[in-house]
Amino acid sequence: MRTLLTSLSVFWGILIFIFLIGIGNGLSNAMKKNFSSDATNTIWLHQGTTSKAWKGTKPGRRIRFDNYDLEYIANNFEGVELISGRFWLPYDNISISYKNEFSSYEINACDPDFEIIENSNVITGRFINDIDIQDNRKVAVLGQGVVDKLFKEQEPIGEYIKINNVMFRVVGTYKEDNERENRRVYIPRTTAQKIFNGGQDVHNIAIGTGTTSVLDAKVLETNLRNYMSRRKVFDPEDKKALHISNRLEDYTKTLGIFNAITYTVGFFGLFTVFAGIIGISNIMLITVKDRTKEFGIRKALGATPMNIVMMVVVEAVIITTAAGYMGIVVGIGLLTGADAIMEMIIANSPPDAPVMFRDPGINMGVAVMATAILVMAGAIAGLIPALKAGKVKPVIALRDE
Amino acid sequence: MLNIKNLHKSYITGANKLHVLKGINLEIAEGELVSIMGSSGSGKSTLLNIIGILDNYDSGSYHLNKELIKNMSETKAAQYRNRLIGFVFQSFNLIPFKNALENVALPLYYQGVNRKKRNLIAEEYLEKVGLLNWKEHLPSEMSGGQKQRIAIARALISNPEIILADEPTGALDTATSYEVMHLLQEINKDGKTVIIVTHENDISLMTKRIIRLKDGIIEKEEFPEMVMAQTL
Repeated sequence: MRTLLTSLSVFWGILIFIFLIGIGNGLSNAMKKNFSSDATNTIWLHQGTTSKAWKGTKPGRRIRFDNYDLEYIANNFEGVELISGRFWLPYDNISISYKNEFSSYEINACDPDFEIIENSNVITGRFINDIDIQDNRKVAVLGQGVVDKLFKEQEPIGEYIKINNVMFRVVGTYKEDNERENRRVYIPRTTAQKIFNGGQDVHNIAIGTGTTSVLDAKVLETNLRNYMSRRKVFDPEDKKALHISNRLEDYTKTLGIFNAITYTVGFFGLFTVFAGIIGISNIMLITVKDRTKEFGIRKALGATPMNIVMMVVVEAVIITTAAGYMGIVVGIGLLTGADAIMEMIIANSPPDAPVMFRDPGINMGVAVMATAILVMAGAIAGLIPALKAGKVKPVIALRDE
Repeated sequence: MLNIKNLHKSYITGANKLHVLKGINLEIAEGELVSIMGSSGSGKSTLLNIIGILDNYDSGSYHLNKELIKNMSETKAAQYRNRLIGFVFQSFNLIPFKNALENVALPLYYQGVNRKKRNLIAEEYLEKVGLLNWKEHLPSEMSGGQKQRIAIARALISNPEIILADEPTGALDTATSYEVMHLLQEINKDGKTVIIVTHENDISLMTKRIIRLKDGIIEKEEFPEMVMAQTL
């Protein structure tokens, strides 16, 4: 009975451990999932306004990108594998219509490389290509959300849609996991510049780097800033003049934070397990005291001290492992329950809501580790009581209680 | 078989030295049935501990089966006990959570005999003490006499040189005591050396030789006409 109660402490410890690790995994899985809808090794340049005087220029000057920047960056920087300029249309809520259906969607004027940078999954037709850019062709690539709304069941490829009363031919459709990103229309950057009187203006530059090293990405970022500062004449230290967001750095940082969370909760979980071990050890000590006579008898009958030590250690290992396994099983059960509840919440929330928690789980490595911890824990818990038991004098057997 | 020469043993308790055994000389031959008597403080228990290789002694010598038993490591002592001595205790000392069969088989476990074989042998010995039908029972389900018979079967199973019985009837009523003594006499009749420590005269009279201990020395020895224990 006493042993049962104590094994409860190990059970509880392992349960907490498994649960915490699982929650930690769930958080980082959700984070990875949220990130993975876009390529992670990208650098984004945004126009800013100077905040410092520099080489005779006043602060408060708007920095603007243009087609030349795109070309220059594409050809002169190491590590730039993909590049796309983006052009904002001059007004929001641009109406898009097909026959009698119409709606307004986000229109993204970009270059061909944007397909990979955004991880757009083209499912039919094609994405914008180089010839579209060269010839300012009026073509459009629609997200699945747009297709569903405008075309219903009809095949959209080859059909014409009207964007701001200009006809565009649909050349492809794409589908992404993220619902929000499914409600976009892509058109060639050059076409948009021409139709909407954009001249050479580029509002935003997205770069896909060929590196997975945060350091390399950082170097590229600095080089880009230096180039822009020279060409647009602003203080390279003036962060407000040019905003650069480095997704790889963000991703790595966030991943680092989540891993740290997992390790921290795992660490506390381990402490709970440790408390359980101490509990077992304690109770084993009392049990050993209670069983002094038994050990004396065994010794009188020919048990060596080693026999007794091993016996107690093995008992401790069996108790902790059994209790711990119960903990693992219940812990995984709880995580599965949490996952089911989370899936329900996801199903009932707006499609583009960020997911905080996903696929909590224990991988094989953690399960194997937990088992190893259990066996070791049992051995540690049993060791001191066992050594005590091994020291029992066989003369005890002859004494009367 | 058993040869003790000028054996001394003292215990140090704080600043005092308690001289318990003051030169014991004793020889017991194979096949004897001996009782050791003495009041408490006579050194009876200490002598028993030493004969049973449960305790060391200071000087003199103790040979069991021509082997000198002196200053052994605990591990070696355990192995000698297992091989040479079968213990029967006053309070039976069966392991409460093991059934009769497992209790009897225990000494063989420490010899490394596999379960199947030791259970087979244990059944044989349970039959010898007439309790084969009780092999699945726990000690708590048995009477005192039955428990002592289980303990005797356990003492016999390793085929030891001597059976050492410490007050084997101390916790039993007269009728059951005689039953147990009958069993021990039977074992002795089969050729086994049996040493019984007791303070009951009627029990000692059921042995062939009485050794009386007083103040750490052998006061006298008697060779009574052995009374056969009657099973009532």
